Amino acid sequence: MSSHPGAGHTPAPDPMLLRLFVAGQTTRSLTAVANVQRICAHDLGGRYQLEVIDLYQQPHRAQGEQIIALPALIKRLPPPMRMVIGDMSDTRRVLDILNLPAHTV
Amino acid sequence: MAQLPKAKTGIQGLDELTGGGLPLGRSTLVCGGAGCGKTLLAMEFLVRGATHYGEPGVFMAFEETGQDLTENVASLGFDLAKLVSQRQLALDYVQVNRSELEQSGEYDLEGLFIRLGHAIDSIGAKRVVLDTLETLFSGLPNSAILRAELRRLFRWLKDKGVTTVITGERGSDPEALTRQGLEEYVSDCVIVLDHRVADMVSSRRLRVVKYRGSTHGTNEYPFLISTDGISLLPVTSLSLEHAVSAERIPSGVAGLDAMLGGEGFFRGSSVLVSGTAGTGKSSLAAQFASAACARGQRVLYFAFEESTSQIVRNMASIGLDLVPAVAQGLLKFHASRPTLTGLEMHLSIMLKEIAAFAPDIMVVDPLNSFVAVGNENDVKMMLLRLVDTLKYQQITGLFTSLTAGGASLEQTDIAISSLIDTWLLVRDLENAGERNRGLYVLKSRGMAHSNQIREFALTNQGIVLRDAYLGGGDVLTGSARVIQESKEESLRLRLTQEASHKQAGLAAKQAAVQAQIEAIRAEFAALETVAQIEIDQALAEARRLAQDRAEMAVRRMEAPL
Repeated sequence: MSSHPGAGHTPAPDPMLLRLFVAGQTTRSLTAVANVQRICAHDLGGRYQLEVIDLYQQPHRAQGEQIIALPALIKRLPPPMRMVIGDMSDTRRVLDILNLPAHTV
Repeated sequence: MAQLPKAKTGIQGLDELTGGGLPLGRSTLVCGGAGCGKTLLAMEFLVRGATHYGEPGVFMAFEETGQDLTENVASLGFDLAKLVSQRQLALDYVQVNRSELEQSGEYDLEGLFIRLGHAIDSIGAKRVVLDTLETLFSGLPNSAILRAELRRLFRWLKDKGVTTVITGERGSDPEALTRQGLEEYVSDCVIVLDHRVADMVSSRRLRVVKYRGSTHGTNEYPFLISTDGISLLPVTSLSLEHAVSAERIPSGVAGLDAMLGGEGFFRGSSVLVSGTAGTGKSSLAAQFASAACARGQRVLYFAFEESTSQIVRNMASIGLDLVPAVAQGLLKFHASRPTLTGLEMHLSIMLKEIAAFAPDIMVVDPLNSFVAVGNENDVKMMLLRLVDTLKYQQITGLFTSLTAGGASLEQTDIAISSLIDTWLLVRDLENAGERNRGLYVLKSRGMAHSNQIREFALTNQGIVLRDAYLGGGDVLTGSARVIQESKEESLRLRLTQEASHKQAGLAAKQAAVQAQIEAIRAEFAALETVAQIEIDQALAEARRLAQDRAEMAVRRMEAPL
C-alpha cells in the first residue's frame, strides 16, 4: 500500500472509485454522506462510482479496509490509494486527496 | 470485603504476585521501554486464557502485522495460527498510515469500536489486548479527539466486560509511565516492565505499580522470556512452610555418615561443601551423586566449571564410574559456563530441569561461578529461590563453594550460611612437608554430629575418611599419620608380647601354688587318718573299761557272801 508521490496529475480515464464508511445515521454520518455526494456531483462530473457503507450493517468490512476513524472516505482508484477522515466539511482537503483542483468549488 | 474478581493470566509467577491475576472485566496497563516484553506478556495472557481457562481473546496489534506476531511468538511455543483456526483467538492488525491520511472535519473512533466489537463478538472473546494504542497518536491527527475517544474506549471495554491488557511505551519523560499518559485512563491495574543491562548482563524486571482494590507484591520481580513463555521467578520465599523430612540420605562416604549421626544428610536439606582450591569438593559431590544413583535415586548435576566428559574422566581416577548411572538415566549432567546467561536465566533453566527430571538430589558445582554473573545480593536471592524450590520438593541439594585463598574458611563468597542445613568444610592440613586434606562438619542442623577433623583421602576406591590422630594436640595426616600408625603398631606388638609373657608366668605360679595346696592337703589327710585311729582306740578302751566294771559287779553279786 505504498503511496506514489508525484503520481497522477492527469485524471485517469477510468471512473474514480470511492468508498465512504460511516457508522449509522448519526449527524456526523449524514453530514459526511451529504458532503461527499455534493463534491462528487459538483467536481467529478459523473465519472465516479461511490459506495456508502454503514459499518453497523457490515462490521466485518472494518478490518479489511483498515478503518479506525469514522467517517472515512477511501479513494480506491485511481492510485495512489488515499483516505480522508472526518465529516468532510473541509471540502478543499477532500479535493486535495482526490487530486482535483480546488478552484472549481 | 469481597475479593475482587480476577482473571488468571496463566503466566508463571504473575498470578501469585497479584493474588490471582488481573482485575476481571477491567483494563490493565502494561508499560515499559522498547523491547521490555510487553507484547509477549500480553500475548501470553491471551494464549493462556484461551488454552487454560477457556476464555477466547482478541489481539489488536497497532505495531506488528499478524504475520510478524505469529512468527515472533512461535519462538515461545505459541501456535497462533492454530488458535485462530480454532476460533480461540482473533488477530487484527491495525494499520494507520499517516502519509495516506488526511483529516477533513470532525471524526471519531467509532470504526475502532465496531472493529473490536465485531472481533469480540465473532469468537465470544473474554479477553482483549490492545498493543500499542499510542501508535494512534502518531497515525491520526488531532490528539484532543483521540484522548476523548480513548476515554470512551476504556468505558466501552468495561461495559463489554472483557478483561483488557493495554500496552504502552515509556517515553523520554522519566516521570510518566507512558508517552501519552495512558495511565490516566487505566486506573485499575498498572504493571511496569523493565529491561536493564548491568555489568553486561541483562535482566528483566516486573513491578505491579498499582492494583486498585487488591493487595499485591510491590517489589521488582525478575522475569524471563524463555522457550515456553514468560516466567516470573516464583515468590516462594514469602513463606517458610515447607514440610520437613526425617528421612536420611547417605552421603556416599561411610566415614562422613558416621560424622553425621551415623546416617547422613536429611532428605530435602541443603548441604554446602566449601573449601579452598583442590580440596576435593567436586569429588565429594560426585561420590554423593554416584552413591545415590547406585541406590536408584535420580541426580541432577549442574556443573559450571567442567564439562560432563571432564567430570566423568576425573572421577574415574578416584574409582567412580559415572557412565552407567548416566546411561541408566539416573544421573543427568547440565554443564554450562555461568557467564553464558544471566542469573535469572540460570535459575529458570535449573527450575525447568528440576521440573522435567524430577531428581531426588541436585548438585550445583560450584555456586561461586554465579558471583561472576551477578552481584552478591542477586546471587543470594537466586539461591534463596533455588533452595526454597528444592525444599518444597524434598530434593536434597548439595552445593560446592570455592573459598578464596587467604579468606576465612568459615566465610563463603556468598553469605548463604543461613540457607544451609549442613555445612562441610574441606581444608588443607599442612604438616611435615605435606599437604593433606581434612574434613569437618561446621554445622548440621537437627542432628548430632562429630566435632572432629577427619583426614579426607582421595584413593582409587573413592573418598575415604580416616580417623584423625591427635598427637601433641595436632591432627596428624599423611606420612606423619602413617609414622604414627607404625609407631603405635610396634608399641602394640611389644605390649602384646609382654602381656603374654606375664600370662605364662602367672600360669606357672598358679600351678606351683596348686601343687603346694595339694601337698598340704595330703599331709592333712594322713594326720587325719592317724588321729581317727587313735580316737577309735580311745573310745574302744573306754567302752571296754565300762564293760569290765559291770562284769565285776555281776561277779560280786554271784559270789557267796
